[in-house]
Amino acid sequence: MKWSEFFVTGEPLIYAADVAIVLTIIGIVFVLTYFKKWKWLWDEWLTTVDHKKIGIMYIICAVLMLFRGGVDALLMRAQLTAPNMKFLDAQHYNEIFTTHGTIMILFMAMPFLIGLMNIVVPLQIGARDVAYPYLNALSFWLFFFGALLFNISFVIGGSPDAGWTAYFPLASNEFSPGVGNNYYAVALQISGIGTLMTGINFLVTILKMRAPGMTLMRMPMFTWTVLITCVIIIFAFPVFTVALALMTFDRLFGTQFFTMANGGMSMLWANLFWIWGHPEVYIVILPSFGIFSEIVSTFARKRLFGYKAMIGSIVGIAFLSFIVWVHHFFTMGAGPAVNSFFSITTMAIAIPTGVKVFNWLFTLRKGKIRFTTAMLWSLAFIPNFVIGGVTGVMLAMAAADYQYHNSYFLIGHFHYVLIAGTVFACFAGVHYWYPKMFGHLLNERLGKWAFWLFMIGFNICFFPMYFLGLMGMTRRMYTYAAGLGWTPLNVVATIGAVLMGIGFIVFCYNIYYSARYGERDMTGDPWDGRTLEWATASPPAHYNFPVVPEVTDLDAYWAMKKNGNGYEVKEEQLEPIHMPSNSGRPFLISIAFFIAGFGLVFKWFTLAIIAAIFIILGLILRSFDDDDGYYISVDEIKRTERLARKGA
Amino acid sequence: MAEAAHRYDETMPLEYRTQESRLNILGFWIFLGAEVALFATLFATYLVLFQRTGSGPTAKELFEVKDVLIETLLLLTSSFTCGLAVFEMRRGRLSGLLTWLLVTLLLGAGFITFEIREFIHYVHEGATMQTSAFLSSFFVLVGTHGAHVSLGIGWMILIIIQLLQRGLTPRTARKVFIVSLYWHFLDVVWIFIFTLVYLTGMVI
Repeated sequence: MKWSEFFVTGEPLIYAADVAIVLTIIGIVFVLTYFKKWKWLWDEWLTTVDHKKIGIMYIICAVLMLFRGGVDALLMRAQLTAPNMKFLDAQHYNEIFTTHGTIMILFMAMPFLIGLMNIVVPLQIGARDVAYPYLNALSFWLFFFGALLFNISFVIGGSPDAGWTAYFPLASNEFSPGVGNNYYAVALQISGIGTLMTGINFLVTILKMRAPGMTLMRMPMFTWTVLITCVIIIFAFPVFTVALALMTFDRLFGTQFFTMANGGMSMLWANLFWIWGHPEVYIVILPSFGIFSEIVSTFARKRLFGYKAMIGSIVGIAFLSFIVWVHHFFTMGAGPAVNSFFSITTMAIAIPTGVKVFNWLFTLRKGKIRFTTAMLWSLAFIPNFVIGGVTGVMLAMAAADYQYHNSYFLIGHFHYVLIAGTVFACFAGVHYWYPKMFGHLLNERLGKWAFWLFMIGFNICFFPMYFLGLMGMTRRMYTYAAGLGWTPLNVVATIGAVLMGIGFIVFCYNIYYSARYGERDMTGDPWDGRTLEWATASPPAHYNFPVVPEVTDLDAYWAMKKNGNGYEVKEEQLEPIHMPSNSGRPFLISIAFFIAGFGLVFKWFTLAIIAAIFIILGLILRSFDDDDGYYISVDEIKRTERLARKGA
Repeated sequence: MAEAAHRYDETMPLEYRTQESRLNILGFWIFLGAEVALFATLFATYLVLFQRTGSGPTAKELFEVKDVLIETLLLLTSSFTCGLAVFEMRRGRLSGLLTWLLVTLLLGAGFITFEIREFIHYVHEGATMQTSAFLSSFFVLVGTHGAHVSLGIGWMILIIIQLLQRGLTPRTARKVFIVSLYWHFLDVVWIFIFTLVYLTGMVI
């Protein structure tokens, strides 16, 4: 392979990106060396098995990926603003919508929520860490290096260009000859392994590590949604693993799964993809529902309305999520009986979702509502998400879908559910739990500016898309003729996208501003919270709880505050606490995965095999590892706790 | 984890005594649930594609009864000996445990040898992974199972070394128990492969 093929060449934008990447790397290395932070980076972050730090790293990556995916989106909007634009060519546009979709779903939405899960779930259930801290670190680093591998396709070898759904035969060697779709298959595989392990880890954590007294029916709603999400992950991700493996075999080894000749069946890919893909959208929406439930209940100062109905709904949604996948391709021609079945199951999802919407509304009813930034995001979610849901039911009608299919109507629909559902939840959750992560609050004023800019921009951007779709504009077209009458609405949509971009910048500025000037959270309970995470200091000590709390009620911490003085620790109750040791191995194994993946992408099999040997070596070392962790002495706990109390 | 990891329960069998072991065993059961989903997808793919033979041979023309029968006997027996190994472990006999693990391992290796022979035989007849969709799905389904068995053999060797080094402890007992779960699971998957792939293939 020639170097000119290895590096992506010929585009001024790419050269600018090359320069930016090199400068950023030099900058990071310089700062770390100048401030002598290498050891700190290794000891505190790269080798950590602390769920709180892992969660923070997930969220940092997710925000970076939101930036990357957002830039992709703005490039697309720039290209579509006016007819016959020459800003991007067709190939470049294909690559950008592919990476936008893949990154936003798999490297932004999911890690953002997994990050929040990591930080919040052990605290909410009164645990000191997850069930498998070492595995948790490995999950994170596999996600991280999977994301890195996917992102370097931009400058090395070329990006995937067959859409985030990577339908065959388009994604086959015949029609996508470059390495782009190899990146797709391999990078998603690597981060997918991490996700599956997260699913198992949190399922066991929630089932087995709850504080005494916390029965399943006393679990906070966010933890409930995570529990059900884990079940979906465990049954959906293996399907994706197989689908990606078959894709890899087709592309690298010439098998005939999805080919056009020798018996291959390209629609098999579409089926496998969506058997995973539809549950996947519930993997990113159920925890979001959980976040909104926590926030609505806290800031309405009321117990969540219809707790049991909420649980029934999420279980129902999880079940239905596995039997609706054909609605993504009603036009495949499976026949009226099949389409009717999937049409009905799809519409049925609106029932449990509707139950949840009414539960949130009834939680608000007669509540003493405080309009914090987190609450604003949650309140905005309800009407916006309902618009997305209602248009979803329209799409679910198989006969009508022949008109809507792959039009901008669909683009409008799924952005209304994914942004108003998941992205709003991420912002809401970050504002809500920020003090728990960093010990200070995000500035409310800037937070509200970011909220209004983003929320209004979102509606200006995506509402016109419904009409563009009805006017006949189809998805993934890179330009259009002037006479079609689509120009005004496209201009409006671009203005909205710019507003969303400004909202994001204000959010990022808020992170910087609040770190310097933000209000410090001395109490550990800035919102007058209801669940156990607010019983700890902000940020919590490494071991979370000096004494494992006793739970007597659904709103565990609320009950403690009402019936006494909250979560009190007497020094004579203290016992040595056992904690897991840090390990650099998850990081190093994941690097080996990255190198092996890179080798596979370029069919450098020797490199891939050498890296695979290192992976196996890492596993063997782990098997022989008999590190049992360490104990934190009572004296040290006393010191930490006194220090925390002096702060308060 | 926390100090709960060391909550020790004398009344339980050795492999269940520490909290960490209980968590790990439960986690492994759940992992097997994910493996069920994985193999189910491969089976579904195979069932969709198995009559789409293109210009290549059909299942009926291809499969060899004798080799497959030997493979089946070897693997089913190995599952039984693996059960005996855990039985010996519960009785606290290290030597019995090691013997039966070794027998299991050899039977597994025998299974893999015959499977490789079978694959080589097919390839010599011109039936490769690239020939048709049927053969692609056949090789990937059966090959994934074979890769699992090979991994299990490597894993079992590591555990035998640890047993020799450290003897029978709650930790090594848990490892034996988990690898036995894995081994029995592969046996169950093979029963499905035997019926859905080979028996069905030889009839239809």
